[in-house]
Amino acid sequence: MTAELETWGIDLAQGARMPPTLRVLRYHLYTYMRTWRSSLTTSFLAPVLYLAAMGIGLGSLINRHVGTVDHVKYLSFIAPGLLASSAMQVAASDSMYPVMAAIKWIRTYFAMLATPLRVADVLLGHFAWVTVRLILTAVCYLGVMAAFGTVHSPLAVLALPGAILTGLCFSSVISAFAATQENDQGFATISRMGLIPLFLLSATFFPLRQLPGWMHPLAYATPLFHGVDLCRMLVLGQVDWVSALWDVVYLVALTAVGVLLARRLFHRRLLV
Amino acid sequence: MPTTVVTARGLSKRFGELVAVDSIDFDIARGESFGFLGPNGAGKTSTMRMIACMSPKTAGTLRVLGLDPETDGPAIRSRIGLVPQDDSLDLQLTVLDNLMIYGRYFDLPKKVIRERAMRLLEFAELTDRARDTVEPLSGGMKRRLTIARALVSEPDLLILDEPTTGLDPQARHLLWDRLYRLKSQGVTLVITTHYMDEAEQLCDRLVVMDKGRIAASGTPTALIAAHSTREVVELRFLGEEPPREKLQELGERTEILPDRVLVYAEDGDRALAEVEARGVTPASSLVRRSTLEDVFLSLTGRTLVD
Repeated sequence: MTAELETWGIDLAQGARMPPTLRVLRYHLYTYMRTWRSSLTTSFLAPVLYLAAMGIGLGSLINRHVGTVDHVKYLSFIAPGLLASSAMQVAASDSMYPVMAAIKWIRTYFAMLATPLRVADVLLGHFAWVTVRLILTAVCYLGVMAAFGTVHSPLAVLALPGAILTGLCFSSVISAFAATQENDQGFATISRMGLIPLFLLSATFFPLRQLPGWMHPLAYATPLFHGVDLCRMLVLGQVDWVSALWDVVYLVALTAVGVLLARRLFHRRLLV
Repeated sequence: MPTTVVTARGLSKRFGELVAVDSIDFDIARGESFGFLGPNGAGKTSTMRMIACMSPKTAGTLRVLGLDPETDGPAIRSRIGLVPQDDSLDLQLTVLDNLMIYGRYFDLPKKVIRERAMRLLEFAELTDRARDTVEPLSGGMKRRLTIARALVSEPDLLILDEPTTGLDPQARHLLWDRLYRLKSQGVTLVITTHYMDEAEQLCDRLVVMDKGRIAASGTPTALIAAHSTREVVELRFLGEEPPREKLQELGERTEILPDRVLVYAEDGDRALAEVEARGVTPASSLVRRSTLEDVFLSLTGRTLVD
């Protein structure tokens, strides 16, 4: 095989400098450079607005009438929940329309697959890019949270990987879904029926015990609940390590399932 | 270096029940310009995508650059340039960036890509549009950019899927001129088309495909010699039924189509004189030499572009 390649003038040493996945990531970074200003502004503005409106506006009302929530001010209670939720939002939106565009509208994936890149490189490059986006988002969020005085423990640093894992969990499953779609109508359904209810009911804005008992197993079954739970324990420094471990196991397991599913569906869609 | 670039034996592609490519055999030699001619749905694109290692075959054997696409896809693709039907350019990026990014997929150093990009933009007559975004470019410019992009890796084999479909005559001729140049530089070209003039202009050798099978193969001249006569008389009857009985036993063969009658003959003028002698008065008549379209018609009984 090696000798055969050399007969054809194929230099095996050449082209081995950068792993294929990183070449795909480089494409995403390159295109991001065109819009990074507006995107980065959003990454800062979103947490500022959410924390100001929900935390300070609504929070002052709650603090006056109810007092603290789980021993902390309302602002501190919701901030880590918002961190996990925004990781979900960013990961989801980067895994819906951009994936559809790369398959159907701009057909970037097909341009990539005409080169030495393989489907697995395209997919892992996509996840690598979503990870970069999640790092930027989570760092911005945590920075703003610190400025609002809602970071209660050095363990909060661990909320960064927690939020990133939460995002990747959604990215993997939604990317797999996007690879099966013929148009973008399904994405509106995902947002309406999936992301928005999760955002509102995954103990982001109030403790789970406020919900009727029959809803608890439901919330427990959803990934965002575990992301919020994990981030909140770490940021507030009130960590129950057993339940934190369960959160991580749940998120890692679902991410793994999502990645395997996405790999299968990307192959089916792109290698016809 | 071996002289056969692509070898296919019994190559097939099925999509569920649909048989897109039905056990075809062909060889493409180094440095030649090889065409797949056929109507839409004949299996040309499926064949091309298999050669480009972008689509797995269903059955048969296929060797590209001496390697097996199934196991050596990335190595083969590193030596292939593909010009797909839909350009798949990044419309939001500039002309130059499209070349730079594509070259990076091959992991070429930035400096090398930039130097090649400048030469290729010159070649594609896009130098003054280098910094413009791709979106507003004309169809011909986009297609030339796609060709330039496929050449960034300096491939041994350039595959073009319907390179001039949808382009105006001027843009087509400019593109053909560029493809001639590549041919004269020794690049192996594989072209799919449903234009017989394109196939005649560009291809050293071609196969005529129909319903997933190869109906005939050879050089354009040999195909015409084997499947058609030297000349063809075209008779047009505006709005009226051609007088079938009066057109019996004219030339070698006659083909009666809805809008016209084709008389295949070695000597077209003599056949036309015979038509007039029989008292047939078509609205217009034309004597021309045979084309690949006539070959296709005589092989399948249908015209190429419907």
